[in-house]
Amino acid sequence: MATYSLTTPLTSEDTKKLVAGDTVLLNGTIFTARDAAHSRLVALIEKGEELPFDLEGSIIYFVGPTPPKPGDPIGSAGPTTSYRMDSFSPTMLKNGSKGMIGKGNRNQEVKDACVKYDGIYFGATGGAGALLGKQIISAEVIAYPELGPEAVRKITVKDFPVTVVNDTQGNDLYQVGREQYEVKG
Amino acid sequence: MREIEFDVVVKAVKDMIMHCGTDLPQDTYDALEKAMEEEKSPVSKEVIRQLLENANIAKDEKRPLCQDTGLAVFFVYVGEEVRINGGLLRDAINQGTEQGYTEGYLRASTCEPFSRLNLKDTVGYNLPAIIHFDIVKGDKIDIEYAAKGGGSENVSRAKVFPPAAGKDGIVAYVKEVISDAGGNPCPPITVGVGIGGTFEKAVISSKHALFRDLETENEDPEMAELEARMLIEINNLGIGAMGMGGTKTALAVHIEANPCHIASLPVSVNVQCHSSRHTHITI
Ligand code: SF4
Repeated sequence: MATYSLTTPLTSEDTKKLVAGDTVLLNGTIFTARDAAHSRLVALIEKGEELPFDLEGSIIYFVGPTPPKPGDPIGSAGPTTSYRMDSFSPTMLKNGSKGMIGKGNRNQEVKDACVKYDGIYFGATGGAGALLGKQIISAEVIAYPELGPEAVRKITVKDFPVTVVNDTQGNDLYQVGREQYEVKG
Repeated sequence: MREIEFDVVVKAVKDMIMHCGTDLPQDTYDALEKAMEEEKSPVSKEVIRQLLENANIAKDEKRPLCQDTGLAVFFVYVGEEVRINGGLLRDAINQGTEQGYTEGYLRASTCEPFSRLNLKDTVGYNLPAIIHFDIVKGDKIDIEYAAKGGGSENVSRAKVFPPAAGKDGIVAYVKEVISDAGGNPCPPITVGVGIGGTFEKAVISSKHALFRDLETENEDPEMAELEARMLIEINNLGIGAMGMGGTKTALAVHIEANPCHIASLPVSVNVQCHSSRHTHITI
């Protein structure tokens, strides 16, 4: 299990070297989107309309932060459960996005899309919102402010710690890790 | 008849919410420390280490432990010889909730079920609170509060079994629910199991079981034994912290059992994540 430091936007060259279980420290710009934002973004893609940000090489973080305290760019910001984005993620990957950050299992379509389009599903530590929020050095709402915590934000991260869960070869850390420690009988 | 001012309740509720948002309860912190020591998987160990570091940062810098600051869930025990002066108890709890979530920079997470529009500007910031009232002896009001996040609530389930299912049926069901949940509810989790009563009684008991301190033993030895059995079975699943694989999937199993109908055996499983923000006050 290796540790990498990567800066966005990511390329296929970046993602193809990652293996499930690797630790990655992410740097650069990341975009946040949850359920409601995903359904709007995918609707725009399907209609062939322009998106509020460039998907090429992008990482999407599934998060709805708490409001920032005065002087802070953002509040606590840990990942939300990812399966709710399963129906949208393949479209995002197909259109150039290279990674997602969330927590919990993805379905087979998402895992297949990671293989097909050189995408990575990263897991961040759920519930470590205070710790992860501190690795975000700037944040700006760039679309759908009416969605409140669910608005799309452009954030800049510094050494943001994530683990590779699903890689470009079809490996799944959740499955492998669990099989290793399961006591049958 | 003792009288308590409306504003006293508002302030007490506000304070407990703000405190809970940033300070992980000691029982949970201690249980996580112990889990870190005992965890066999290095990946899960590292996750738990991050959770403890997160709790320290949150406490020292007064930042919310988790961005999902939950729906506000209360169990309220109102003494028969006490009344609120200046308004309704329910309104006082809701007002305290709104103030606590706003002033604590906690998240407003309530929305309409279908339009999904956030209710913060219409009904109120993170309102309405979920409140379960009970009437008890005395002249005090006991308020138990927990922040209940969506990740763990989404994996919770209930079912009414035939009586013949017995303990084995219940253990198998609890195991199935937790196995299907995997890493989604942010393990290491606490598992609340409500047994007996009617359908809704089992569900409410499973929620209330999560409010019990992790250090305490079940008063009923038979249930304590069943809790221990379930905990072993759950930890044998290998899910580990955040589903990364490991030996510490659950910190504890808490059971609340009730008498039930001769024809049925209701069971409910309510899950709480590692960020088990719960507290209580007596006014
Ligand atoms: S399940 Fe708990 S720790 Fe995980 S994101 Fe939700 S509230 Fe936070």
